[in-house]
Amino acid sequence: MTDLFSKFDALIGEREALLSTGVRDPFSLVMESVKSPTVAMCNGKETILLGTYNYMGMTFDDDVLEAGKQALDNFGSGTTGSRVLNGTYAGHRECEEALKEFYRMDHAMVFSTGYQANLGIISTMAGKDDYIILDIDSHASIYDGCALGNAQIVAFRHNDVEALEKRLKRLPPEAGKLVVLEGVYSMLGDIAPLKEMVAVSKAAGAMVLVDEAHSMGFIGEHGRGVAEAAGVIDDVDFIIGTFSKSVGTVGGFCVSNHPKFEVLRLVCRPYVFTASLPPSVVATAATSIRKLMHAGNKRAHLWENSKRLHQGLRDLGFALGTPEAQSGIIAVIMPDMLKGAQMWQALLERGLYVNLARPPATPAGMTLLRCSLCAEHSSEQVTQILGIFEAAGKEVGIL
Amino acid sequence: MTDTAIYDRIAAQIEPFNKKGVALTESTTFASDLEWDSLTVMDFVAAIEDEFDIIITMNMQAEIETVGQLVAAVEKLTA
Repeated sequence: MTDLFSKFDALIGEREALLSTGVRDPFSLVMESVKSPTVAMCNGKETILLGTYNYMGMTFDDDVLEAGKQALDNFGSGTTGSRVLNGTYAGHRECEEALKEFYRMDHAMVFSTGYQANLGIISTMAGKDDYIILDIDSHASIYDGCALGNAQIVAFRHNDVEALEKRLKRLPPEAGKLVVLEGVYSMLGDIAPLKEMVAVSKAAGAMVLVDEAHSMGFIGEHGRGVAEAAGVIDDVDFIIGTFSKSVGTVGGFCVSNHPKFEVLRLVCRPYVFTASLPPSVVATAATSIRKLMHAGNKRAHLWENSKRLHQGLRDLGFALGTPEAQSGIIAVIMPDMLKGAQMWQALLERGLYVNLARPPATPAGMTLLRCSLCAEHSSEQVTQILGIFEAAGKEVGIL
Repeated sequence: MTDTAIYDRIAAQIEPFNKKGVALTESTTFASDLEWDSLTVMDFVAAIEDEFDIIITMNMQAEIETVGQLVAAVEKLTA
């Protein structure tokens, strides 16, 4: 008899070896209480949060909290149903209206998570004889969307416009094509050359989907993302996003100007065969999205924070994922998994939480300490963060 | 029987990625014999695609384990 768990033996062994060196398990941290978008209690210690994707700090916004409480009182704790049956409340529609206004697009569809939005749109839009052309460093939800569908999958080298164009030209001209891109790639925090990529995709007759999970609310004049900043948002057929980053709750969405878009509500399985978001969640999301439309000052402060942290870490001598700050993510490259875990723990013991990212989630087998900044981080906190990085880096022997 | 001209062109493309100098046959596997990781595979697939001006989809790549299988796939795609 084969133990079905035996396929995980290598991973179990690797974890045990790592933990036996005395480092704390980096993947089982508990936040005992959360004081603000930037501070929580971890292991009884007040900890600055620098790895939560809470870019715009909306999680404790007074209006957002109030909207959630009212919805709990008026609509109850959950919908207990699918969007297409009993699970569409006034709040779900309001949330979709807010998204349409935010993006100035004709249609919006709210999913229960961002993961499901990618899963649903990608698997439904690209059928058996269609082609999906994607960046090799795409997020797991994009790959899983491909796996759920049965289209032909073609990958190209990360952010390489020429590689994308070459592949598009080799595909049958009459075949349906969906090019899948991300605005910000979340591992290194680099942005895609969307102006050029959208242009070559359109020239080849492909539809374009851009996942703006890590740019919504922050990048672009109105916070619509990298496609807005690059001036190509009108040529993008689908924008995928999430409520679990800048919006500050949970949920996912797709916005589009395609006249037939609404049919997706009937055919998109990850939309149909799951329960809809609780009323309090869509109420907080809608309120947050509307506030993000007018958050120009917060966007400016977040850019300041990101640029300052990037410059400061570079000056200390850390290796970073991008030559300059391109987004709200600053990735610090660690020499290996053990040093990465030791550094992660040294930071935590000094009161700083960052994400430890390891292969296969990371490109090129890298171990990364991923920092994501918040518009609510004060300048003093950024100074503190740089001090903690310096002390931890010296202790672990990276600096 | 596989096309020897295609085999030779593929062997030439394998060469720069064959860091361990493994002797090539049609049954050489990319994962176990050549010990390529996913990044190497991606670079190699791109090289083959450019060499023959074809697309090898990820769906096809999942079925290709040996040099001989790749030769057969390229033969089919260039036919």
